[in-house]
Amino acid sequence: FCLPEAIVLNTKVLKKLKGAFQAFDTKSDNTVDIKEIGTIFYSLGFFPTQADLQTFTSEVEDERSGYIHWDRFLPAMTKVLLEDKFPPISDELLLQAFEVLDKEKRGYLEPEELTDYMTKEGEPFTQEEMDEMLTAFTDEENKHIYYKDVIPHLTLERKM
Amino acid sequence: MSALLFLSKSSAIRAALLIQRWYRQYVARLEIRRRCTWNIFQSIEYAGQQDQIKLYSFFGFLMDHFTPASSERNLISHIFRENEICRDAEWERYFCYKSIDVPDSYTGPHLTFPMTFCGVSKLVEAFKHKQQLHARYVLQILGETWRLLRILPNISHLSSCHTKEITICGDLHGQLEDLLLIFYKNGLPSTEKPYVFNGDFVDRGKNSLEILLILFGFLLVYPNDVHLNRGNHEDHIVNLRYGFTKEVLGKYRVHGKKILKLLQKIFSWLPLATVIDHKVLIAHGGISDTTDLNVIARVDRHKVRKTFHFQFKTEMSAYFILDFRRRVRSLTHHSSTPSQGPPRRSLHNLYTSHQHMNWSVDDELKKRRRLAGFDQSYGERKKPDSDSDPDSKGRLIPSVQMVDLLWSDPMPQNGCIPNEVRGGGCYWGPDVTEEVLGRHNLQLLIRSHECKQDGYEFCHNRRVLTIFSASNYYEVGSNRGAYIRMGADLVPHFVQYQASKTCRELTLRQSVGWTERSALQALRRQLFVHKSDLISAFGEFDPNNTGIISPSHWASATESVLKLGLPWRVLRPQLVSSTKNGMVDYQEWMKELSITEPKLEISDTSLLETMYKNHSNLETIFRIIDTDHSGLISYEEFRQTWKLLSSHLKTEISDDVIANLAQSIDFNKDGSIDINEFMEAFRLVDLSAHS
Repeated sequence: FCLPEAIVLNTKVLKKLKGAFQAFDTKSDNTVDIKEIGTIFYSLGFFPTQADLQTFTSEVEDERSGYIHWDRFLPAMTKVLLEDKFPPISDELLLQAFEVLDKEKRGYLEPEELTDYMTKEGEPFTQEEMDEMLTAFTDEENKHIYYKDVIPHLTLERKM
Repeated sequence: MSALLFLSKSSAIRAALLIQRWYRQYVARLEIRRRCTWNIFQSIEYAGQQDQIKLYSFFGFLMDHFTPASSERNLISHIFRENEICRDAEWERYFCYKSIDVPDSYTGPHLTFPMTFCGVSKLVEAFKHKQQLHARYVLQILGETWRLLRILPNISHLSSCHTKEITICGDLHGQLEDLLLIFYKNGLPSTEKPYVFNGDFVDRGKNSLEILLILFGFLLVYPNDVHLNRGNHEDHIVNLRYGFTKEVLGKYRVHGKKILKLLQKIFSWLPLATVIDHKVLIAHGGISDTTDLNVIARVDRHKVRKTFHFQFKTEMSAYFILDFRRRVRSLTHHSSTPSQGPPRRSLHNLYTSHQHMNWSVDDELKKRRRLAGFDQSYGERKKPDSDSDPDSKGRLIPSVQMVDLLWSDPMPQNGCIPNEVRGGGCYWGPDVTEEVLGRHNLQLLIRSHECKQDGYEFCHNRRVLTIFSASNYYEVGSNRGAYIRMGADLVPHFVQYQASKTCRELTLRQSVGWTERSALQALRRQLFVHKSDLISAFGEFDPNNTGIISPSHWASATESVLKLGLPWRVLRPQLVSSTKNGMVDYQEWMKELSITEPKLEISDTSLLETMYKNHSNLETIFRIIDTDHSGLISYEEFRQTWKLLSSHLKTEISDDVIANLAQSIDFNKDGSIDINEFMEAFRLVDLSAHS
């Protein structure tokens, strides 16, 4: 039946979770800094918002110590997995998002426009994040951001 | 109309949110790759340090097998010979620059003495423009520096002041761009701008000498405001291996060895630590459970040589450290003495234990990752029985304390254990920090010695601060450098930077990619070096000799051979392209990792491999033998060295093979071997088309 398969999958998934956790367990004591929770989520292919991360963190943090222990992390993460709380963002969805911002449907965005949106709306970027995004996305010659071209180039080919 | 606007506004917000989420996820995954790459570099650096330990253990082995009558006696005493018989006055004459003329064709900077601020600034400008200082001026600066250092105490005491902040820099490792960047951002040293440089000025980078000359220049002009602490790389044996010796000899072909000799003296005279306001201690490596600044203040710092055993803290070891070479000489010269008197026996005792340490080092390799829950078997720091007695002689051994100050690293767990990764100093825990700082009434320890991704890092409840000033240390984009500015409140403020213009313009992805490629290449080299061991390890998982194994078997086998503690399963796709149906074709893979054919005609491939594996130690040994720094060693020296090393490594080498090898390496057929040519033959060229 499905049962054996489910078990294999679980072991694989467990290993993945453990692997991601251990990568940030710098003190080798089964805890990770709460600041790394976002990175751990992303490494597993989840796309939480900052608000989501805040909620998750407050539920699992070890008495405001600034650290999360594996024992609390694992059940919380399992719940996340089962409930598929933070599904990935597909390329198409991303494209649509850019197209919403590109009101005149030019096929590109100006750096100032993108900056406006990214630093003022949603969960705003820091200056550093904005600078990095602009460096990565802006076309050299005419300083436009051709989002359609940018999306496939910047997807990471190698899975962690 | 307004409803439409509202709708589009909220969808804009949602769109923005989506893009932000996606982007942050992308950056985070890049960050993970960067950390993995970081781990690779650190593991390889660790492997290099293990090599250094093997070198020291080889010296131990030599001593153990040394008999005055053995045929290798000349070579061995050559390696260990003490040539510091002259007194300082004689050295002054030897180092004299006056006979060296500066030709009219020289286009570099001219210096006048005594040094002035203008003079040093001129020097900085000249080095910025890649000029080289004439040997005469080099020797002049070094001579003045040597004279100044001899009157400085082991520990300098500074006072902070409301009107000026003290700047503290960590490792520079010959990276002139970083020093120039610091000066650019922070200003040049002066009475208004005091600086502390916390060791490791040299090795690895290409401009170690330029950095030294600049630092010494400022020291001469502002001796009360510029403070240099010795690092573990301010040591001529370390320099032989890590590039500083080569740099000097390459830049100064005629006067290089004189410059090196003078530098050797200068290094031994560098102060050991700095204390600010009796509250902040600054030293290169760190502390140990026995650190006592009063003891360290009294040691004869220029007489201490770092040796390779750190488990003994007895009178014997102190005697040993200060007297090592003299006793070797006495053994050589008094070969007619029938009885192996007390000195010989005690040496032998030390080496027996030392050999034991040699094996335990191999075991200890596994524990490198310092898993939580220390085992007893990790290796406790041997203490003399009278350790509980605070006045025990063991604790008061100043030379060992000095080594601890320059070589130790902090660890998260409590306790204090020998630092087997470095082969010197110890690992000390937060409890030791509290105890030592408490005992001295200090509030903060600032140290360097370890590369940190952000240039600095706190640990031990913010009582220990690591500061590292060499950016892009492993590779472009690998890490930032940083320096500290500290005012009268003694609160450290950090300034971070990353040298290299190209780096700043790279996107995150590009710089991670670049660093990653470099790390993988370094890793492939390590894999190549262990080729035969890997093949036998794979063979154990492949009893039917199919040439194929599973990825997880590949990962375990590789880790069992390399012992680097790396996530091989994750790395496999980037290291191995020869996979069939998800299985690894290891024989194909081994072929992928190759070097170009060396110029040596050696039919014996296992010999070639053993040599390659030990080539960096071989090179260091050759350079030690080559005392006149001519770059050449004789047949006989080569033959004997190789014979001794292979017997230490327990590989069988016949005399014929060695003789043939020596002949084939003698490219010029003049009876001597050029070290550089020999090493060039082992430079690994990556034939694989990856990356």
